[in-house]
Amino acid sequence: MGIFKPEIECASRNYLRALQSARLIKMVRNAYDHVPFYKRLLDEKGVSPEDIRSIDDITKLPFTVKQDLRDNYPFGLFAVEKDKLARIHASSGTTGKQTVVGYTQHDIDAWSDGAARALVAAGATKNDKVHVSYGYGLFTGGLGLHYGAEYMGATTIPVSSGNTKRQVQILQDFESDILCCTPSYAMFIGETIRDMGIDPKSLKLRAGIFGAEPWTDNMRKEIEKLLDIKAYDIYGLSEIAGPGVAYNCECQDGLHVCEDYFYPEVVDPDTLEVLPDGEFGELVFTCIGKEALPLIRYRTRDIASITHEKCACGRTTVRMSKPKGRSDDMLIIRGVNVFPSQVEHVLLELGLTANYLIIVDRKNNLDTMEVQVEMLPEMFSDTVKGLENTEKRIEGALQSTLNVHAKVRLLEPGSLARSEGKAKRVIDNRTEVTY
Amino acid sequence: MLIKQISVFVENKEGRLAEITETIAKAGVDIRALSIADTTDFGILRLIVDKPHETEKVLRDSGFTVSVTSVIAVGIDDVPGGFAKPMRVLANAHIDVEYMYAFISRDTKKAYVILRVNDNATAAKALEEAGIALLDENGFHDMMK
Repeated sequence: MGIFKPEIECASRNYLRALQSARLIKMVRNAYDHVPFYKRLLDEKGVSPEDIRSIDDITKLPFTVKQDLRDNYPFGLFAVEKDKLARIHASSGTTGKQTVVGYTQHDIDAWSDGAARALVAAGATKNDKVHVSYGYGLFTGGLGLHYGAEYMGATTIPVSSGNTKRQVQILQDFESDILCCTPSYAMFIGETIRDMGIDPKSLKLRAGIFGAEPWTDNMRKEIEKLLDIKAYDIYGLSEIAGPGVAYNCECQDGLHVCEDYFYPEVVDPDTLEVLPDGEFGELVFTCIGKEALPLIRYRTRDIASITHEKCACGRTTVRMSKPKGRSDDMLIIRGVNVFPSQVEHVLLELGLTANYLIIVDRKNNLDTMEVQVEMLPEMFSDTVKGLENTEKRIEGALQSTLNVHAKVRLLEPGSLARSEGKAKRVIDNRTEVTY
Repeated sequence: MLIKQISVFVENKEGRLAEITETIAKAGVDIRALSIADTTDFGILRLIVDKPHETEKVLRDSGFTVSVTSVIAVGIDDVPGGFAKPMRVLANAHIDVEYMYAFISRDTKKAYVILRVNDNATAAKALEEAGIALLDENGFHDMMK
């Protein structure tokens, strides 16, 4: 397998530290001078840009959270003049404001560089055709891999998502080599190929880069079998860049972080103390290589660990584990962000109790969400129709708030376990992690 | 001329039916008739018992979700066409039947049908005008002895 940027990906730790130090100093100065929010935040903490002399000083800096992006909607955290902005993306927010991110041409190049490293690590070469089935648009998936593929010199096929039979036809006729999409869509494409009676071995496809939603190793094995390819994980979030922040190499032992652009830390989500290698905590990124949106110590809410150990592939860059959960309780259901507190709010508005349990699963490659609710005694009806109408009424109210369908299941009053501490509100069977 | 039916919400959980029936057994309640409606998510157990008030209380006290509904009970001749007759009467009176269940008495030569309809008063009137006798609480329980 090739390495796209060996001078970075295989650089000595000393070289990387020196590069990171220089970039951190520059980006903190940029943020302080051009983003009033950061000037205020640093002033409040009594930190001056002069105090930042090396990457080790990063711990002196305050954290940034998603709410800060919302509070400064849409462009309040941008550090450049409008004429320098090359592109704007936005996250799929369902309630309140979307989080808006801006990129200069330099930032687009940095992001494309990250996505290109991911593609090459998955075996892509300039001779390959990269089939991009992520959605194109404000979502960073489609354009992220698209630019990454162009950046490394491959041929891009910008199929976007949907119309699965046409996807299969393109895989066959255009002889796509690398597929990029969400893991659930990869499963669906694989099953469609099987249902159409096509032997996956007859396709030229040999690797896939999948991300933007949680997936398990079992799902990886299934995708690899269905499509007869090797499946690679890619990590990103729109606030930082998009897909290409970190990626699998052929060893598939963690995801290599593009730490020359996105400096990673793992912190204890409660104390915010930096944790040593190998310990799980909240993943934090500082966008040391970005101009337009120089986020300082952005708390991703993803729970992961990192290691600085050199990888068997030869890369020296930090590797992060696959995120194993969230430090907040946000769920991503079919790409839509859902917070249990929204569910609770709806139930209370309907006069129900706040005793509920959300069960998330993935069936036929679609995320499913069931909300189990304890009914009130007066809601009980001796007819099936009566109870089903009650369920439908709650489903309708949830749908209009969450923008995603949730099946409601009525339970007997008092049947959900009461907890003395933090109540367990969510069982997510997709990740095999309960949080 | 209606009788009381006890309905109990049954979660799809192992042993739930056993728990409900054991609870009323301990209270010395005799079940005269029953039916269960099942969906993928839950069931509704419907009971006609000799002591409806005690049954309701003991189930509620044990934490079950219970409702008491008035239903129509009719006795019909256990012969071909016996059941068709009241159905025709209800159809002609534009009564919606939500659900029903039927059983045969051990001693009498009659079949008994419990009917849950959308309009008890109209249904009762139509049946009586057609000469179909409705059973009240006492009459029903006497027949079942």
